[in-house]
Amino acid sequence: MKYFPLLWATLWRKKTRTWLTMFSLVAAFLLLGLLQAANSLFYGGTINLSANLLITQARVSFTSPLPLRLLPQLEAVPGVEQVSWSQFFGGVYKDPKNFFPQFAVVPERWLKTFTECTLPAEQAEAWKGSRTAAVAGRQLAERFGWKVGDRIPLNSQIFPLKDGSRAWAFDLVGIFDNTTADSCPRMGNMYIRYDYFDEARLFGQGTAGIYVLRITDPNRAEAIGRQVDAMFENSPDETKTQSEKEFNLNFVRQVGNLSLILNAILGAVFFTILLLTGNTMSQAVRERIPELAVLKTLGFSNGGVLGLVLAESLLMCVIGGLVGMALASAAMVALAHAPVSFPPLRADATVWLIAVASMLGVGLLVGLPPALRAMRLSIVDGLSGR
Amino acid sequence: MKQILAITLMNLRAIPQRLGSSLVIVIGIAGVVGVLVAMLSMAQGFGATLKATGKDDRLMVLAGGVTSELSSTLMPDILPLLRELPGLARDAEGRPLVSAELVVITELRRGEGAQRADVNVSLRGVEPLGLQLRPEAKLIEGRWFTPGLREVVVGKGAANQFQGVQLGAVLKFRGSEWTVVGTFSADGDAHESELWTDANTARSAFGRGGSASSMLAQMQSAQSLPGIQAAIKADPRLQVDASTEVAYYSSQSQQFTQQIGMLTSVVAAIMAVGALFGALNSMYSAVSTRQVEIATLRAIGFSGLPVVLSVLTEALLLALTGGVLGAAVAYVLFNNMTVSTLGANFTQIAFNFAVTPELMQKGLIWATLIGLLGGLPPAIRAARMRVVEALRGG
Amino acid sequence: MSEAIVQLRGVSKTYTRGKQSVEVLKNLDLEVAKGDFLALMGPSGSGKTTLLNLIGGLDQPTTGSVIVAGENIEQLKSSRLAAWRGRHVGFVFQFYNLMPMLTAQKNVELPLLLTKLSASQRAERARIALTVVGLADRASHKPNELSGGQAQRVAIARALVADPTILVCDEPTGDLDRKTADEILGLLQTLNRQHGKTIIMVTHDPKAAEFASHQVHMDKGALADAPVH
Repeated sequence: MKYFPLLWATLWRKKTRTWLTMFSLVAAFLLLGLLQAANSLFYGGTINLSANLLITQARVSFTSPLPLRLLPQLEAVPGVEQVSWSQFFGGVYKDPKNFFPQFAVVPERWLKTFTECTLPAEQAEAWKGSRTAAVAGRQLAERFGWKVGDRIPLNSQIFPLKDGSRAWAFDLVGIFDNTTADSCPRMGNMYIRYDYFDEARLFGQGTAGIYVLRITDPNRAEAIGRQVDAMFENSPDETKTQSEKEFNLNFVRQVGNLSLILNAILGAVFFTILLLTGNTMSQAVRERIPELAVLKTLGFSNGGVLGLVLAESLLMCVIGGLVGMALASAAMVALAHAPVSFPPLRADATVWLIAVASMLGVGLLVGLPPALRAMRLSIVDGLSGR
Repeated sequence: MKQILAITLMNLRAIPQRLGSSLVIVIGIAGVVGVLVAMLSMAQGFGATLKATGKDDRLMVLAGGVTSELSSTLMPDILPLLRELPGLARDAEGRPLVSAELVVITELRRGEGAQRADVNVSLRGVEPLGLQLRPEAKLIEGRWFTPGLREVVVGKGAANQFQGVQLGAVLKFRGSEWTVVGTFSADGDAHESELWTDANTARSAFGRGGSASSMLAQMQSAQSLPGIQAAIKADPRLQVDASTEVAYYSSQSQQFTQQIGMLTSVVAAIMAVGALFGALNSMYSAVSTRQVEIATLRAIGFSGLPVVLSVLTEALLLALTGGVLGAAVAYVLFNNMTVSTLGANFTQIAFNFAVTPELMQKGLIWATLIGLLGGLPPAIRAARMRVVEALRGG
Repeated sequence: MSEAIVQLRGVSKTYTRGKQSVEVLKNLDLEVAKGDFLALMGPSGSGKTTLLNLIGGLDQPTTGSVIVAGENIEQLKSSRLAAWRGRHVGFVFQFYNLMPMLTAQKNVELPLLLTKLSASQRAERARIALTVVGLADRASHKPNELSGGQAQRVAIARALVADPTILVCDEPTGDLDRKTADEILGLLQTLNRQHGKTIIMVTHDPKAAEFASHQVHMDKGALADAPVH
């Protein structure tokens, strides 16, 4: 790109101003990166969910357990391929800040239901072979540096052991992974064995938290859900069945207006940045009017001058934006190792997409008015500084 | 002093000519202060609601080692022992003032469209003495529930956040119907986000046998607590934790307040840095467009200090304008706005944003600091300008 | 007389500023021959810069025709006109109008960005142009590191580099002292005599005009006398 040296020189014409504007842009995109990553943490868990999974919970609340005796009826529903159930364990690993979800499940059923996650065959056998065995997602294992063979102590906040103690411990025998990129949204979870858990807990025997149904045809999800709920209507074990995506979205929405507020903040930040960068660009162009007129006398066309100004504004926003995003990524890495009760943030493809779109958007938006002005500039007026 | 005033007035009169860059300072700082105040007022409101909950002479007993009522289960065999703990107050008939309560989560609908969600709401089974124990709970509509009947009363906050809980409405839990017979207030505390019913009715309906989630009791005085805790410790059958009700609810707000606090400081600090660079930029350009004016003043005998002060004053005035604007916008948009979010007990807690004077003051302090930091370097540059060069406009 | 490279026929130019309209050029005819070095003289406000702008394709006449290098430029659209300027006209201004953030070398290369030349060809041509104006050793300096005379030489090199048909100079020595001015004018004369460049120069300085082959005087928007041949 032969115009680049010209662009670059123009950009740094007033060094202080360009640096200051650049820093503002960096700050804005640092914030955008972090907040979007937080946002995608909220909603991201719902993106890769398989459309083949339905969740059946107690109608009154998913915290109310459903009895295991519903199982045969659920399995008999046409179109249901596999049924798994899971009970939220509520364990604390060393410190409440290390929160991650654990569920008690039946390994055979889990393996057949969550086929988007893969566990090496010998690890699956080991899980089936030992009652205190547990498996964890790759992401979770990496978070705490766990290896197969580690003993994981968990203090259940909900379930005491028969002796009243809350100190449970499990042997990590397997680490499961994605089958394809991001296919397994459960990489931050741990799964223990239901049979051991049910026998060892003080109360609640014979109940499962929720049922997970794997269905053959995702298009029939709604119909199957209705059929399931109809079977238990008006019984004490009324159910509510929805797709896993719906279930998780509802979970996120419980946090409520908070994510709305995050977005409002981002709006405020971008409005401010737009104003700030816009002001810089229009100042920069105003000062340069005679130069722009000279470029035109040299044979640069109106469109060419428009392009130069737009390119300068885009260049500034993209550089500032990329530096900001790089800082955001670095901050997220640092945050992941910091002792705070924050789940690991990650700038995924969506976050980058939004960021790059914002860089280009801001660049165009703030570049366009001065670029148009430069384009319409008459040479004679420009040369005389009018 | 006269010098300073003269230059400052001259500068300020020029602001309309530089409206664009002056606005950058005002709006940039308004953004920072607005966001800061709004977020702090959220944490403030949430904390205030939970801290308003409970009394320090009431005892809260949970299963040992748990941090919230939801995950706590008190088995039926120990409840009689807990009721007879020493140091508890008794009513006129000599019964200990105790309410062993069951908390279960129910789902109610909140919001419309994309925000629509089935949210967790606490249904609290209260023993008859539980109402007597909490004089702050006052009926504002209808009547209290009748023990033995499937009736609920709805807290004020729940009534205006969630759908389908108006007086006379019928709710369906576990296949049976419950009627809303009243609405209550409780001094704006966390209980206003709950549904209340009779404890025994709830136990049987939710198949919880004789167990409870927690036990609330009136102590003879706040000083009774150590004695009670000692008695619990002495009895190996009692695997429970006891604290004052106030302490429990304060601990519930801690995590949320901490998280919001951290988020607020990170976001506001980054925004402040951005706005600071914006302010620096604007003030530098303000100084450079006035270069000739300033140099002329220096040439006719004004000293450097008034130049510095005049630039600083301008930056501060613009920053404060932005600060006031931001705080005002936050106040208008957010003060007393009621929202509900998931609390530590995994159920919704409704609370009001509280834009207090202290928070606004905090916002203005940030604005002042940004203005000061943003004005100082350009001011110094203006004062250090070589008069001869500056006069040439170079 | 050799072939006319600039032909103006019945050219008028009226500027409207608000409600006032001023006729700057009145029904003017002018021819400039290829290889000529013409000085346009006259008091300020006589319309000489406007005339120069019309010849250089910076402005278009209200009426009349302007034919330069065989092109009827008053009919060109702005994008065609820009391309035409790039190919045929080199400008030299009173205040040099160099890009302050670019080195002399890069300033001179600027017009070549619009050509299809490669980066190395552009650098080479710019180096040659700088050598012609005697500033090869200042190639890496920025305009604020150059004296006025040097800056004007860079500007001349920039005007030359694309090998334009005509060189258009507006008070090229207006900001320079006598000695430097004479050097610059000498350079223009050399370009005219040895390299055959057609030069049209606006000046109000009779000493400067003496370097030209011909002089034309303007007054109140019209030629005061016919060009002396």
